[in-house]
Amino acid sequence: MSKKNPVREHILKALEKGVRPDGRALTEYRPVEVTYGVSKTAEGSAIVKIGETEVVAGAKLSIEVPFPDTPDEGIIMVNAELLPLSSPRFEAGPPGIEAVELARVVDRGLRESKALDLKKLCIKKGEKVWSVSVDICTLNDAGNLFDAAGLAAIAALQDAVLPSYDGAEIDYENKSNERLPLSKTPIPITVLKIGDHFIVDALQEEMTSVDARLTVTTTADGTICSLQKGGDVAVTTADIGKMIDISLEQAKMLREKL
Amino acid sequence: MAYTKRVDGRKQKEIRPITAQAGVIKNADGSAYFKIGNTVAYAAVYGPRELHPKFMQDPSTGILRCNYNMMPFAGMGNRVRPGQNRRAKEISMVTEKALLPVVDLKEFPNAVVDVFIELPQTDAGSRCAGICAASIALADAGIPMKDLVSAVSVGTVDGTIIVDLDYMEEAYDASVADIPIAYIPSTDELSLLQMDGEITKDTLLEALELGKQACREIIEIQKKALKEKYLVSGEENE
Repeated sequence: MSKKNPVREHILKALEKGVRPDGRALTEYRPVEVTYGVSKTAEGSAIVKIGETEVVAGAKLSIEVPFPDTPDEGIIMVNAELLPLSSPRFEAGPPGIEAVELARVVDRGLRESKALDLKKLCIKKGEKVWSVSVDICTLNDAGNLFDAAGLAAIAALQDAVLPSYDGAEIDYENKSNERLPLSKTPIPITVLKIGDHFIVDALQEEMTSVDARLTVTTTADGTICSLQKGGDVAVTTADIGKMIDISLEQAKMLREKL
Repeated sequence: MAYTKRVDGRKQKEIRPITAQAGVIKNADGSAYFKIGNTVAYAAVYGPRELHPKFMQDPSTGILRCNYNMMPFAGMGNRVRPGQNRRAKEISMVTEKALLPVVDLKEFPNAVVDVFIELPQTDAGSRCAGICAASIALADAGIPMKDLVSAVSVGTVDGTIIVDLDYMEEAYDASVADIPIAYIPSTDELSLLQMDGEITKDTLLEALELGKQACREIIEIQKKALKEKYLVSGEENE
């Protein structure tokens, strides 16, 4: 299923020499920067920059009725917007499939790793629980939105401080000195396969030549908590093994940026 | 390794009973019914046909468009409002990616092959059942294909690797990993891989091998469904 296009041929030739269009090595990330507390109105927020890709995540807390099947658990929800201001390829309107997939992959990383102890977010069983909504918005899309979004989401949760709650009303102006019950840092790393080569932190121009991608979300002890394969081309289990190895290594590096 | 006896009594590598039939929806160009345990999927293929809106047309090849949907009464809990939710959109997309490597649509420029998957009843493994049904339906429609695609979930419950998780196992009150896969036997490749839960790399790779084995079993059932239809309706051919 290889597409005969000149961009892809050019990228493959460079990869054979161990180089990317911007001179990076195959498993090299662009500079990563995390800035906390960027939105005073969010309970927790962070901006993550990976090269020129920039993503902001904001966490808002509210008190809701728990879901009937989990009466003693708080709620976590993740939403993502690929904003038109961040790239000429995004249009205004409700989230398309790319935004939906991004949100769901980040959501599963957070949820399946049990990074947030949802039981500790219970205020009154069956009646009141804290609900955490994480919204991820792109500011500039220069590729690798998955990893930037995942990192921003966990950073926003780390930054979050619970507002005061007197049992009747939430006072957003006055913060408590309580943080969210976060015990893990799930990090998504997206590894891409172009021909026989594996790269990380793809630029948008590399994405169009990608055969397959695997987003691997792991916690610090090497446990995989979420996998998502994308791309039009099928992969072997040997490929999967290699991609997981690469992601475990890169996750260590990314986790240190938090 | 506390999960030694499966909730429904199956062995570790045992898949649920399967019923598969081709050509069940008469209006469609190709169709299938695929039931695995209590999960039931219908798939219907319409195409190749003209693609609208025109801006989506690709002059170099036909495109594959998949639509997965659970009927409002198909879930284990409350009724689900009709209309595609985010989960269904994502499953539609990964279903398309699962089937794409085996179909050859170069002969149909500007056209679309639409695959509709609908489930009236589910007990976990719905996206996999959908992919199995879609695979049969595409072949039934005469779409040029390099192979069939088979799909099943593998996973772990409390450390034990199992094949074809049902709802009770997915929701089990212990450490669970749920891994839906789609497999192309002729190239030994996976075209769908997702995972929710907690697993180590080594256990994952072990589970994937069991998954492939199960897929090889299932593909024989898919082939049989196609053979049965064409043997019986011999005089309808052409």
